[in-house]
Amino acid sequence: MSKTLFEKIWDKHVVKTIADGPSVLYIDKHFIHEVTSPQAFKGLEQRGLKVFRPKQVVATADHNVPTINQHLPIKEELSRIQVQTLKENCEKFGIELYGLGHPYQGIVHVIGPELGITQPGMTVVCGDSHTSTHGAFGTIAFGIGTSEVEMVLATQCLLQTKPKLMRINVEGKLNKAVVSKDIILYIISQISASGATGYAVEYAGSAIRSLSMEARMTICNMSIEMGARCGMIAPDEITFEYMKGRAFAPKGAKWDEAVAYWKNLQSDPGARFDHEINIDAADIEPMITYGTNPGMGIGVTGHVPNLSEIDEKEKPSFEKSLNYMGLEPGIDIKGKKVDYVFIGSCTNSRIEDLRMVANFVKGKQKASDVEVWIVPGSRQVEKQAREEGIDKILEDAGFMLRQPGCSACLGMNEDKIPAGKYCISTSNRNFEGRQGPNARTFLASPLTAAAAAITGKVADVRELI
Amino acid sequence: MSKQINIIESTAVPIEIENIDTDQIIPARFLKATSRDGFGKNLFRDWRFIQDDENKPKTEFVLNKPTYKGKILVAAKNFGCGSSREHAAWAIKDYGFDVVVSSFFADIFKNNALNNFLLPVTVSEEFLKEIFSTVKKNPSTRLIVKLQDQTIEWEGGKKEKFEINHYKKTCLINGYDDIDYLLSMRGEIESFEKDEVLF
Repeated sequence: MSKTLFEKIWDKHVVKTIADGPSVLYIDKHFIHEVTSPQAFKGLEQRGLKVFRPKQVVATADHNVPTINQHLPIKEELSRIQVQTLKENCEKFGIELYGLGHPYQGIVHVIGPELGITQPGMTVVCGDSHTSTHGAFGTIAFGIGTSEVEMVLATQCLLQTKPKLMRINVEGKLNKAVVSKDIILYIISQISASGATGYAVEYAGSAIRSLSMEARMTICNMSIEMGARCGMIAPDEITFEYMKGRAFAPKGAKWDEAVAYWKNLQSDPGARFDHEINIDAADIEPMITYGTNPGMGIGVTGHVPNLSEIDEKEKPSFEKSLNYMGLEPGIDIKGKKVDYVFIGSCTNSRIEDLRMVANFVKGKQKASDVEVWIVPGSRQVEKQAREEGIDKILEDAGFMLRQPGCSACLGMNEDKIPAGKYCISTSNRNFEGRQGPNARTFLASPLTAAAAAITGKVADVRELI
Repeated sequence: MSKQINIIESTAVPIEIENIDTDQIIPARFLKATSRDGFGKNLFRDWRFIQDDENKPKTEFVLNKPTYKGKILVAAKNFGCGSSREHAAWAIKDYGFDVVVSSFFADIFKNNALNNFLLPVTVSEEFLKEIFSTVKKNPSTRLIVKLQDQTIEWEGGKKEKFEINHYKKTCLINGYDDIDYLLSMRGEIESFEKDEVLF
């Protein structure tokens, strides 16, 4: 029988299916961080339990950490306690921690793949909705709540209902200056912030196949922004090439064995999807969001919708959103003044993103009235960027490369956008208050964000290259 | 936390806004606790208070209107989207709600709610619209949610059935946690690991 990629992995991990209920799903890799794990460890202690498979758990500190002077104690007391609590829990329960100061530290969804911990065919979970990122390697990877973190720590399993299956095909050649962030923002703008709820999404088609692993991760990362349980891309030569030689990737004969298995991880011809969407890559231009959910996106040369273009039922939410953003219906987004630029987050903080920004800003100068934060996704990314001289190029253009963490994506550390200010951000969410109370977010690609850093406005990057 | 749900009868609090994400339910800056308690006071923090000041309530926001009270929160579609933070479910439960009604819930939120004995009730768009207009017309309207029968209704009003899988329903009615079930499976999980050498 023809099977989808999702079904191949799912079926291999079902321990048992409860009649008229969920399945007991085995989890291969469990990533944890400081924010969503403390209550889970507390729960284990209250029940007198140990971690069932500590070697399958990897921890890092990312959400709360400062992005300058990481060698100093964390100033903010509650953040410091949370990071310290993670350290104590990892010591107590025998879990490997890549904490502050460790060469492997970084955003959990950046380090898993770059260390080769994330591998095709796995089930991967983390108490963080952007766990869908790992799906770029052909894994079933999804975010969970803290009670579920406790379940996985205690049993290496979760109770899960099998989602419906959707395939999104992006065919054709991408336009100039259109990158993977634009593809995913375009998809979400087409199907809405809830368009894939209840589905596992597989991305396919020639435009997807042509992408690097970093670019694929950006796409899978934002699957949750359209409600998808997970997003995935079948592994191929690009995947294997990326993985080979990474710290925790299989070596020698085990590598050959693994690749032979991974090659079967694709949807069979004739495999059945509950829903299929076809997108022409040529229709996509550099994208930007104007509202307060990631589905509210338009091309940079487009305009904020007029009231007449909005469904009657959706008008109250639309008006609330524009009111928050301080934008009028119908205006052009291009030329809108921005105050802050944030390049970072688990969506766009990998080496390729930094290279893209460096190439673009080389020989240009930062606009004087814009504050720019460039935050690498991990210590490894930071190190590589310095080795490649990216930090120098950024400095010459008036920017600074900070230290790794989630930073202004959610403003749990000091990196908050002030109330009322506009930030063009390569992160994943433009929700009200996401980057700080009353901060206003435009989501865009690293290129479009870099263009704003140079011009001080929302710009069409195609006119600048 | 009350760990059993069956019949809940209460007035309702309506928030007629779509796509309410978990950053609104509980902003990230309140996720720094290491316990599960006390999140209710920060529920919808930035919709409730001007400039983060507890002495300056936004009077137009429904939680600040004395007219609306109760154990049932009613919200427009795609409730709980965004971040996986279970703190959102903790905050709603801690504030005093036992049920959230919407026409559509985000997946992770729904699981988190169920794991905290906060019942997500999915109704049709039309039914939701009627609840909103009825509750707004008469805030003392009492909604009745019966988990055993899987129904939601109000006196002299309409009634609709809602879906929930049998396993989860049994858990909620009896106060069972998923973790208890999974722990009882440890033997089977160990044999699964032996048979299926995965990674």
